[in-house]
Amino acid sequence: MLQDILVTGLVNGGVYALLAIGFSLIFGVARIVNIAHTAFYMLAAYCFYTLLTKTGLGFLLSGVIAVAAVTLFSMLCYRLVIEPVREHESAVLISTIALALIFQEVMLYLFGGHFLGIPSTIEGGIRILGVSVPYQRVLILVVAAIMLGAVWLLLYRTRLGLAIRATANDLEVASLMGMNVNRVAMATVAISVGLAAIAGVIATPVVSVHPHLWLDPLVIMLAIVVLGGLGSLKGSLIGALVIAYVEAITVFALPAGAYLKGAVALLIMVVVLLFRPEGLFGVAFEEER
Amino acid sequence: MLRSILAAAAAATLSVGAQAQTIKIAILGPMSFVQGENHWAGAEMARDEINKGGGINVGGKRMQVELIRADTNEIQSVPDATNAVERVITRDKVDFLIGGFRSEAVLAMQEVAMDSKKIFLGVGAAHSKLGLNVEQNYERYKYWFRVAPTKDVDLARTLFAVLGSIGQQIRTDLKTDTPKVAILAEKAVWTEALVAAAQKNLPAMKMEVVGTWQPSATATDVTAELSAIDRAGAHIVFTMLSGPVGISVGRQMGERGMKAVAWGINVEGQKDEFWQATAGKAQFVSTLDTYSEVEMTPKTIPFVQAFKQRYKKAPTYTAATYDAIMLLKAVIEQEGTTNADKLVAAIEKIEHVGTGSTASWDKRHDLNWAVGKTAGIAVQWQDGKKVPFWPPQVKGMQPFKMPAR
Repeated sequence: MLQDILVTGLVNGGVYALLAIGFSLIFGVARIVNIAHTAFYMLAAYCFYTLLTKTGLGFLLSGVIAVAAVTLFSMLCYRLVIEPVREHESAVLISTIALALIFQEVMLYLFGGHFLGIPSTIEGGIRILGVSVPYQRVLILVVAAIMLGAVWLLLYRTRLGLAIRATANDLEVASLMGMNVNRVAMATVAISVGLAAIAGVIATPVVSVHPHLWLDPLVIMLAIVVLGGLGSLKGSLIGALVIAYVEAITVFALPAGAYLKGAVALLIMVVVLLFRPEGLFGVAFEEER
Repeated sequence: MLRSILAAAAAATLSVGAQAQTIKIAILGPMSFVQGENHWAGAEMARDEINKGGGINVGGKRMQVELIRADTNEIQSVPDATNAVERVITRDKVDFLIGGFRSEAVLAMQEVAMDSKKIFLGVGAAHSKLGLNVEQNYERYKYWFRVAPTKDVDLARTLFAVLGSIGQQIRTDLKTDTPKVAILAEKAVWTEALVAAAQKNLPAMKMEVVGTWQPSATATDVTAELSAIDRAGAHIVFTMLSGPVGISVGRQMGERGMKAVAWGINVEGQKDEFWQATAGKAQFVSTLDTYSEVEMTPKTIPFVQAFKQRYKKAPTYTAATYDAIMLLKAVIEQEGTTNADKLVAAIEKIEHVGTGSTASWDKRHDLNWAVGKTAGIAVQWQDGKKVPFWPPQVKGMQPFKMPAR
C-alpha cells in the first residue's frame, strides 16, 4: 500500500503543480486575483480538442496553436476587463468570476454539456514500484518540472522577471523608476495564462473536456497556493505534493470516505494556516522579494 | 360597432378553436445535455408519427400533438427546473408534462405539477420517493407516473441478477469459487441503499467484498481508488455512477490495463459518446441500459433503427419520452377524453407495450419490475460498440467478455 501512496501522490502532485504554478504567479507575483485562471485552462482544452479532432493538425501543432491563441485572448481580456479595475482587488475578483462564468456558458452553448475525450499524447504505461502509471501522467510530471524550472529562470534570470518582481514588490516605486507597470502586468498575465493553457493541453488527456472543467481544479489551486504561500513557486510545488499525498492517503486509509479527499486536503490547509498564516513558504518569498 | 364586436368575438372563438385542435405536451429536460437531447428526440419521433397518422382521436375528434420544449437546466439548478415547469403550465398552458432527469429536481417539479393537477409522466429519475409520495398521499400525487427507468430498488434487483451471471462466468473462467468484488459508488443519496444492499447480499451470493470506495460524482481523477482496487485483487468493479466520474473510471481503468471488469450503473457509459469521451479506453466496461437492437418488445428494433437514422446515434433511456407520449395517445383514445382524472384511472389498469419496456404500474405508480419486461438490459463496451448481453433469453444478446489475463 505504501508504494501505491508514494507513486499515486507523486503523479497527481505533478498534475496539481502544473496547474498551480501559473495560478501562483499571477496570484502572488502580480497580485491579480484571477479566478478565471482555470477557465483559461478549460478554454485551452477545448481549443486543443477542436484543433486535434476537427483539423487533424496533430498533437504538437494543435497544442502550440491552442496555447498561443488562449494566451493572446487572455491579454485581450486583461486589457478590456482587468486593467480598468486593477487597483480594486474585489472588482478584479468579481470581474474574473464573471469572465469564467461567461466562458463556461459560451462553451456550453457551443459544445453542449458533453464530455469530450482527448486521446493520450503517448499511449501505454510503465510499472513503478509495482504500480501501473500511464505514460501521459509521466509526461505531465516531466512538463511540470520543466515549467517550474522555466518560470524560475524567467523570474530570477531575466530583465522581464526583475520587472515583474519589482512591480509586485512596490507598484508605485516601479512606476517612478520608469517601468510601464501595466505592460509588465499584462506580460505576467500572458505568462500565467500560457502556463494554464499548457496545463490544459497536457493534462486534459487524462480527464475529459466539459464546460465545468474549470471548477474542480480551481478549489484545489486555491488550496495549494494558500498552503504553499502566496506567490511562492517553491511553495506551490510543495503544496501540490502535500495536497496530492493527503488525498492519496485518505483514499487508501478510508476507502468509503474517498469523496472526502478534497475536504481532508482543505482541512490540512486550514491546520497549516493556523500555525503559519503566511503559508509554508510565504515568509521566505517575502524576504526574497 | 356591433359588426366589430361580432368580428372580434368570432376571431376569439376561432382562436380558441384553433388552440383546442392540439394537445400540448411539455417536454422537460436539461436540453444542453445528452439526457435532455434524448428527451426531446424521443418526443419528436412520437409527435411526428402521431401527427402524420392524423393525430390523436379524442372522442371522434382528431387532435394534433404540439410539443413545448422546456429546458429545465436541472443538472445545474433545481430552481431553474421548477421555474420551467411553472412557465409551461401558466404561460404555455400545456395539457401534460413528460420528462425530468435528476431526482432532486424531479421531486421539486413533481410538487409544481401536482399543484396544477397535471399528469406528469417521469422519464429519467429513479428515486423511490417519487412513487412513495403517490402511496402516502394518493389524491395529491396520483397524477405522477414513472415511465422510465424502474425505481432505484428495482434497479438494484436487476444489478444483482446480472452480477450473479457475471460472477458465474468468472468462477468458470478463472476457476475461483469466490469472485472478489470492489464496490465503487459515487457518494450520493441514490447510491446509499444500493451500497448497503451490495455489502449485505454479495457474501450471500458467494462473492467477497474487498472494499467500498466512494468518490465524488464529479471526480475527474480516480487513480488512487483504482490503484487500491487493483491492489485488492478485485475481479469485478461493481459501479454505481451517474455523474462524469463514470467517464474517469472507464478511461482510467483502461489506461491502467486493469484485469477487473466493471459492471453496474454507469450513466455516462450508456451514451454513444462514452467511447469517444474515454478516448477509446473503456473496453469491457458494462452498464445497465434500456435501448439496443434486441427484441425487448416488437417495437424496440424498429424504434432504435429509426432513431439512429434520424439522429445519427443510438437513443439513451430518456428517449422513452416516445413511450410516454404513445401511452398518452393510447389512454386518451381509449377514454375519448383528455380529462386527467379519467386518464389516471386508465393508466393504472393498462399494460402498455412500448419501445423500451412492456409496462404496467403498481399502487405507487412505479413500473412493475419483471425481467424481459421492465428490468432493462445490460450492455458492454467491446471495441467501440455497445454490445447487449443480458437478459440472455432476449433475442439478439451476445457474449459477455472478460479482459485477457
